[in-house]
Amino acid sequence: MMAAIPLEHGLILATLLFALGLYGVMVRRNLMFMLMSLEIMMNAAAFAFVLAGSVWGQPDGQIMFILILTLAAAEACIGLAILLQFYHRFQHLDVDAASEMRG
Amino acid sequence: MSLLYLTIIFPLIGFILLAGLRDQISEKMAAIIGVGSMGLSALTAAYVGFDYLGDPSQSGYFHQILWTWFSIGDFAPSFGLQLDGLSLIMLGMVTGVGFLIHVFASWYMRGEEGFARFFSYFNLFIVSMLLLVLGDNLLVLFLGWEGVGLCSYLLIGFYYKNPSNGFAAIKAFTVTRVGDVLLLIGLFILFREFNTLDIYEITQRAPEVLTSGSTTVTWACLMLLGGAVGKSAQLPLQTWLADAMAGPTPVSALIHAATMVTAGVYLIARMHPVFELAPNVLYFVGVIGAVTLLMAGFAAMVQTDIKRVLAYSTMSQLGYMFLALGAEAYQAAVFHMLTHAFFKALLFLSAGAVIIACHHEQNILKMGGLWKKIPFVYLCFLVGGGALAALPFITVGFYSKDEILWQAWAAGHPELFWAGVVGAFLTSIYTFRLIWLVFHGEVKTQAHKIEGVSYWLPLGILLVLSTFVGALLQQPVGHILSGVLPEFVVSPTMATDKHFAEFTAVGVALVGILVGVVLFAFKYDAVKKLANTSFGAGIAHIWRNAWGFDALYHLVLVKPYLMIARLLGRDPVDGAWSVLPAVVKAGNSFSTKRQTGSLRGYAAAITLGAVILLMILIVIQVLGK
Repeated sequence: MMAAIPLEHGLILATLLFALGLYGVMVRRNLMFMLMSLEIMMNAAAFAFVLAGSVWGQPDGQIMFILILTLAAAEACIGLAILLQFYHRFQHLDVDAASEMRG
Repeated sequence: MSLLYLTIIFPLIGFILLAGLRDQISEKMAAIIGVGSMGLSALTAAYVGFDYLGDPSQSGYFHQILWTWFSIGDFAPSFGLQLDGLSLIMLGMVTGVGFLIHVFASWYMRGEEGFARFFSYFNLFIVSMLLLVLGDNLLVLFLGWEGVGLCSYLLIGFYYKNPSNGFAAIKAFTVTRVGDVLLLIGLFILFREFNTLDIYEITQRAPEVLTSGSTTVTWACLMLLGGAVGKSAQLPLQTWLADAMAGPTPVSALIHAATMVTAGVYLIARMHPVFELAPNVLYFVGVIGAVTLLMAGFAAMVQTDIKRVLAYSTMSQLGYMFLALGAEAYQAAVFHMLTHAFFKALLFLSAGAVIIACHHEQNILKMGGLWKKIPFVYLCFLVGGGALAALPFITVGFYSKDEILWQAWAAGHPELFWAGVVGAFLTSIYTFRLIWLVFHGEVKTQAHKIEGVSYWLPLGILLVLSTFVGALLQQPVGHILSGVLPEFVVSPTMATDKHFAEFTAVGVALVGILVGVVLFAFKYDAVKKLANTSFGAGIAHIWRNAWGFDALYHLVLVKPYLMIARLLGRDPVDGAWSVLPAVVKAGNSFSTKRQTGSLRGYAAAITLGAVILLMILIVIQVLGK
């Protein structure tokens, strides 16, 4: 059954997801949405690992998925903490307001 | 005679006292020290002179070694003095005329700022000049040579608050420096050949050591000539003398007319046994003199500054001396140097008196009709100018200058003779112009009466010496010089031409004065009209700038030098090294500009970087296959 879906298709899906996430990170101003886009990118990468693991019939891909899941959880923790602090300070979530450095 | 060194010690003490005390002493005290030390020096010189002349046991050469200057290997030049006929004449001239000018200067400079400083430099100048003329070896001579150059620099720039005076001083110093370097090279060549710099030894051994007409002796003489030309303001190093008039007038009289500028003549006369081994160079000396005297004569005719007229006439008279040296008429050259010291010092000091009387006005076009106000100065100018123009019989210039012209003719150099005759013609014209414009015509400035014993006494003495009284010295001077400088031998075939040469010279001088009278006394309007035409104005412009040598040197030497200096001033070598920090700084500013804190920008940049890396990987992959 696995062989029914070619590797290329899976990779294209992963790439599309990744590109969507990246686009979201670059375009969105709202910190909330940026975090979500980041999650999508991570999931795209994790998906690619799972895909590759299943194609080659090896468990490494799934191990990497668990690792990435953990990473994503940690990242979400920190990201949400920053988000709360950000909102606390600015009363909104427009990330451009935080760019106070002038080179 | 053993007191010879005292002639140098007295001015040296004066210099040290004045330089050390400077403004702590009153003007009167400074004058007493400055003039007094000079007077003592002159008295000692007179005593030494009589002692020398009255002692027949000496073979005409007195040598006094003071100490060994330094000793390196087997080279141990002594610091010694020598006295022979030539040195004695120079000693008398420097101390005698120097003393008179010192006395005059104490009158001229009174009330000026830096009175003591002036006299300290003046005394130092006498010290250096005496070292130059009394030094027993060329090294001591060179010490004096540099010393007078230094004093000349200091005194030209005496009124240092005006920057143009400073520039004139630097110019004089730099131009003469060219000659000094050549002189030094000449000394090196002589030392290589003789292994000594002792003047007596060199002049005695010259015919054995050097072969006549060889390359070595030619180069040695050319280099010595270079030094002489620089010091005596001859072509092509003559440009500094006219600008040197920025100094106080007694300085112009002492340094730039009577003594220092004759050092070149002294050097060549002193080294004449060497020069005679290079006849081409000796003739070249005469040609330089002839060209310079003509060039300076034309330049003197259109100057408007009273001192510049005299400066160019000095240049011209020095040209006569060089011409005489070139014709091997050494005694005539030295005698003209002596008489020139009298009448040119007289003219310069009178000019100083005129300048004082006219409240420091130096433009002769703004003077006029001064003879009623300052008749004594007028008389001085008449006699001095007459001697300059070599008026026959009554002035000293006639006896010395006509001797030069006649001997140039008799030596078989008619071209030098005719150059000298044309020069005499020009001299008469510009001398008359100067006297007429300053003392006759309508009164244009308010002159006040001037008085003081230290003003009229030096003028009076020089006045007497500039008349035929000075010519009485001709026989004694010839006698004194006879041991050192060869007498001029006239070949019997030439002897009959003596009257022709003298009549020509006298006639031309008189015609010159006549032309001057017509031009400036009667037809001055016509002269002015001619000077206003484009041709006349052009000629006058060229003459006024002395044939444009300044402009030429500025173009050929000064400008390229300044260009190179400007180029090197930016440190091109250091510039190469400063690229490194510049690159680092540019990188730094480029990087810091990117630190905006914009999160989305960072994300975009990371993406861009990743994409570029990926593409590079792909390209490598593709190319690798």
